Amino acid sequence: MLSRLLRTYLRPYRRQVAVVVVMMAAQTGGNLYLPNLMADIINNGVVTGDLHYILTTGALMLAITIGLGVLSVVGVYWASRTAMGAGADIRAAVFTRVQSFSARDMDHFGTPSLITRNTNDIQQIQLFVQMALTLMIIAPIMCIGGILLAIKEGAALSPLLAVSVPVMAAFIGTVVAKVVPQFRTMQGKIDRINLVLREQITGVRVIRAFVRDRSEAERFAGANLDLTTTALSVNRTFALAMPALMAVLNLSSVAVIWFGGHLVSGGSMPIGNLTAFLNYIAQILISVMMATMMAILAPRAVASAERVQEVLDAAPSVTAPPVPRRPSSSTGQVELRDVSFGYPGSEEPVLQGVSFKLRPGETSAIVGGTGSGKTTLINLVPRFFDVTRGQVLVDGTDVRERDLEELWCSIGLVPQAAYLFAGTVASNLRFGNPDASPADLWHALDVAQARDFVEAMQGGLEATVDQGGTNVSGGQRQRLSIARALVARRRLYLFDDCFSALDAATDARLRAALKLEARASSVLIVAQRVSTVMDADQIIVLDEGQVAGIGTHQELVVTCAPYREIVISQLGEAAAP
Amino acid sequence: MRPGGMRLGGAMPTGRSKDFWGSLRRLLARLRPDRVKLAVALLFGTGSVAFTVAGPRLLGDATNVVFNGVIGKLLHPGLTKSQAVAALRAHGQGHIASMVSGMNVTPGKGVDLHQLGVDLGLAALVYVLGAVLSYGQGYLMAGVVQRAMLGLRREVEEKLSRLPLRYFDSHPHGDVLSRVTNDIDNLTTTLQQGLSQLITSVLTIVGVLGMMFWISPLLAAVSLVTVPLAIVVTLLIARRSQTQFSAQWERTGTLNGLVEETHTGHTLVQVFGRRQATIGEFNRQNRDLYEASFRAQFLSGIIQPAMQFIANLNYVVIAVLGGYRVASGLMPLGDVQAFIQYSRQFTMPITQIASQMNMLQSGMASAERVFEFLDADEETPDLPRAQATALAPRREVLGRMDLEDVCFRYEPDKPLIENFTLHVRPGETVAIVGPTGAGKTTLVNLLVRFYEIDAGRILLDGTDYKDLTRDEVRSAFGMVLQDTWLFAGSVRDNIAYGKPAATDDQVMGAARAAYVDHFVRTWPDGYQTRLDEDASNVSSGQKQLLTIARAFLADPSILILDEATSNVDTRTELLVQAAMARLRHGRTSFVIAHRLSTIRDAGTIIVMDNGRIVEQGTHKELLARQGFYYALYNSQFSEPEAAAS
Repeated sequence: MLSRLLRTYLRPYRRQVAVVVVMMAAQTGGNLYLPNLMADIINNGVVTGDLHYILTTGALMLAITIGLGVLSVVGVYWASRTAMGAGADIRAAVFTRVQSFSARDMDHFGTPSLITRNTNDIQQIQLFVQMALTLMIIAPIMCIGGILLAIKEGAALSPLLAVSVPVMAAFIGTVVAKVVPQFRTMQGKIDRINLVLREQITGVRVIRAFVRDRSEAERFAGANLDLTTTALSVNRTFALAMPALMAVLNLSSVAVIWFGGHLVSGGSMPIGNLTAFLNYIAQILISVMMATMMAILAPRAVASAERVQEVLDAAPSVTAPPVPRRPSSSTGQVELRDVSFGYPGSEEPVLQGVSFKLRPGETSAIVGGTGSGKTTLINLVPRFFDVTRGQVLVDGTDVRERDLEELWCSIGLVPQAAYLFAGTVASNLRFGNPDASPADLWHALDVAQARDFVEAMQGGLEATVDQGGTNVSGGQRQRLSIARALVARRRLYLFDDCFSALDAATDARLRAALKLEARASSVLIVAQRVSTVMDADQIIVLDEGQVAGIGTHQELVVTCAPYREIVISQLGEAAAP
Repeated sequence: MRPGGMRLGGAMPTGRSKDFWGSLRRLLARLRPDRVKLAVALLFGTGSVAFTVAGPRLLGDATNVVFNGVIGKLLHPGLTKSQAVAALRAHGQGHIASMVSGMNVTPGKGVDLHQLGVDLGLAALVYVLGAVLSYGQGYLMAGVVQRAMLGLRREVEEKLSRLPLRYFDSHPHGDVLSRVTNDIDNLTTTLQQGLSQLITSVLTIVGVLGMMFWISPLLAAVSLVTVPLAIVVTLLIARRSQTQFSAQWERTGTLNGLVEETHTGHTLVQVFGRRQATIGEFNRQNRDLYEASFRAQFLSGIIQPAMQFIANLNYVVIAVLGGYRVASGLMPLGDVQAFIQYSRQFTMPITQIASQMNMLQSGMASAERVFEFLDADEETPDLPRAQATALAPRREVLGRMDLEDVCFRYEPDKPLIENFTLHVRPGETVAIVGPTGAGKTTLVNLLVRFYEIDAGRILLDGTDYKDLTRDEVRSAFGMVLQDTWLFAGSVRDNIAYGKPAATDDQVMGAARAAYVDHFVRTWPDGYQTRLDEDASNVSSGQKQLLTIARAFLADPSILILDEATSNVDTRTELLVQAAMARLRHGRTSFVIAHRLSTIRDAGTIIVMDNGRIVEQGTHKELLARQGFYYALYNSQFSEPEAAAS
């Protein structure tokens, strides 16, 4: 998964990657060459007492050192450009893809998960690329170069390499194979502990009310002990890793001098080569360690890449046809024809055989119990979901045949959860109509009964709004979200239970103003309060996903039993003669 | 790689500690039970460093043996060393002569393989011992640290259950959570890695420096020049990269904020036709982030090459100067080799110490926050006499409640509830009404004994709360709270929370009574559907109903319904109310309600405003008084028809 993702997103940077590879290779080569020169100093300078040779070789070493410094800075420069660039590209790709998702796709992944995939996961990948472009290039070159040079300097000693390198590789392989899965288990257990603690904090009242402290403590104790056992095992394995690696490295040096000493003594090897060989063997083993580091970091990046790739591979479940049909005019007329909707895999459908019409200039209302499918029904109109059976027509055209952007631009939606974006009151109100004048904004605020509190806010229209709108009250959020829809000036308004936090008087004033404001549009209101829907032109009563009655308040109170129940529960027996 | 849960590029680095040494001392005090192990670990660590430092020196000796043999072979056998030196001088090879004069050679004799074997055997032994001791240290430290953290986590969890509700209400949940999770994680990592490594690093520097001066004071002095150079370069680059890093963090923050709100408000962005504009804004911010993170990565990335450059510089100087000195007979070759190895070991711990000090700093800041949490005031323990009677067999709770002259304040100088008296007969319903923020939950807090009253007394079935344990009091109550808390687990387990031993039939019975059975069955896994962490896969109305089902199943003697039906639509409420009426039958109930039906048939209505109880009486009495209730009732519940009835 990781390689597939990187192949795609590193392609535009292949020239930069090539530069990095060349720089890193040259730098590694240079670093390998330095001990070679040191050997020359000993063999040709020290042993023969040639001081001039020592100085000139020293000067060469200095020049190489400076050159290496320059090479690595250039390498790091392009590695950073590439890693951060590829990261930014992947981030943009994921973001753009999510933008094309339908509500069902959002549900499938879950909003928090998509946020993580779009942020943290990509950060992981980005970091991995940065490391890979340095360590992953250096390690193999250093390893192979080291081996070649070591053989050149002391071919007779090279069988030593055939022992120590595999020993080290095998050892590292075992540790990695053991530790990486343990790490994953441990992270899971840390998450588990944190979950238990989080629940103990957020649920403190319920836990105490039900006197469940003791069982919560047991739950925690279990998770705690579990984590400790795993953490202990991981850390002890780790405690073994470093000393053992160092021992292999150091014992290899001992062996080099022992066997090398014999060779030198027998005259088959110059002594300077012995010193150089010592250096090479150290570098080979260090490169093996670097490779191990990458091997440990890789699984995290792979897991992140998998999650990111999943998003990129997911085709949006709702797309417009290649040649969308354009309705002749936008009037705001909506028709549902025998609509059914069910979530895949569920026992019972959410909506069954629902039919009704919304006409311009009319206000329609939907009432019904929780889980009766009111919000689902509203979501079918802007095609957030596709119907399982039947048809939804907006302006006389099936929504599945229309261009999505164009469809959406005919709808003013006020969702159940009033969500505001970080910015100002004005930037939120202009969300669907960037060109609205301040007068337009104030007018919409008047209709939404929001003028008073906006005027009272520090800065008025320019008052800051926090992400989600958390710095204003629930009722204020609802009214701003209503005003936002009104500023967009649409022919069809959908109000999904967005009057719930308003008191009865404000609710009534708002509806009166709205009736005037939206007199040319179709309006659909989902509401809990009978008083909110009583004067609607038609009321649609939903009961467990089916239409239990359509009509005016006066009609339904007489003919529709579920509606009568609602009226009696809220307004008392006297209201339902 | 840190085995404490890696947080590469995760959270912003935590701040500095206020009292570094105080926190460190307190933290170390927690390790005291394991002090023997700790001392042994320290001993092992010191020994391991000593052995590791001795290694190169022994290898150097071995190289000297080889070199001596090489030179010795070049000289005529039979001569003494001084004769050989004189002969060399005579042949005009003055340089070699002076080198040989400084060496321990026997002319004509080759490499002393016996001596070589002895030196190398010693080196091997030292290395192996060093590794074994280092492993021993790591093994012991892992045990000590993990045991300490096990204890700390346990203490934190126990603390949670002893803290008064006041603590949770006055501290943001996120803050408490971060203390008991992130801070403890951070602390574990610090102890596991930072502490022992820091000690090892310091010891290594001291040992290596000592060895370097022992071998050659001149070369050591030259090497030391590179240390301030390394420090200055690191500081220069680090300061610059730090500003870039904070820019990167800041922009990551803004971009993540944008991603978060765009994905959360997904449908809004779509339906308001803002897709293109949002993508444009994202691209702009993404570009900004790219620039900042590139600069940060580049600057921090060149620290390593810069250090490598300085190390190489050092290497070249030592090679040339050392070679020169060997050739001049001032120093044996093996010593140069040993010196090079030492100088390599020298730069590494210096850079490590810098990062370990940072780690320790942030670890201590975390420790401080955890300790602060552990030091918070606790709930007063139950009185001994209450604990004694709690052991007696449980009596059936009848549900009689008496509040006599109850006084309560959240803050000492702000009077809230003063001399409040209320008598509730078993089975009676008490309604609590008032505008939002009137402090209706305060009353609930006192009834369930989440908060202790300042004066007066509360009696349950005639027994003073003070003579009962908190658990006894709370067992009598069943609550449906305003914030509908569900935990990550199956729907079934959530309903059965108050009665874990309930059968499936009982659970489904409660579910049907609370009207959740229907929608639970529409979910793919029915009652086994897992609610995720924040139960975000369930609508607020459904959550409310689930908590109602939970209360049904728990079957308490006294019921508290805290705005129980505020998130449930009226049609559902009707059904719930019918069931509630059945449940309330024969039980004492306190209901915070916004609905007429609940208020009208309440035995007593308590009217609250601004946190205080302003009126109390029956519906009729209060209306007749034409006071606060009258006004409230008319503004909040005035449906034209309702007012007429």
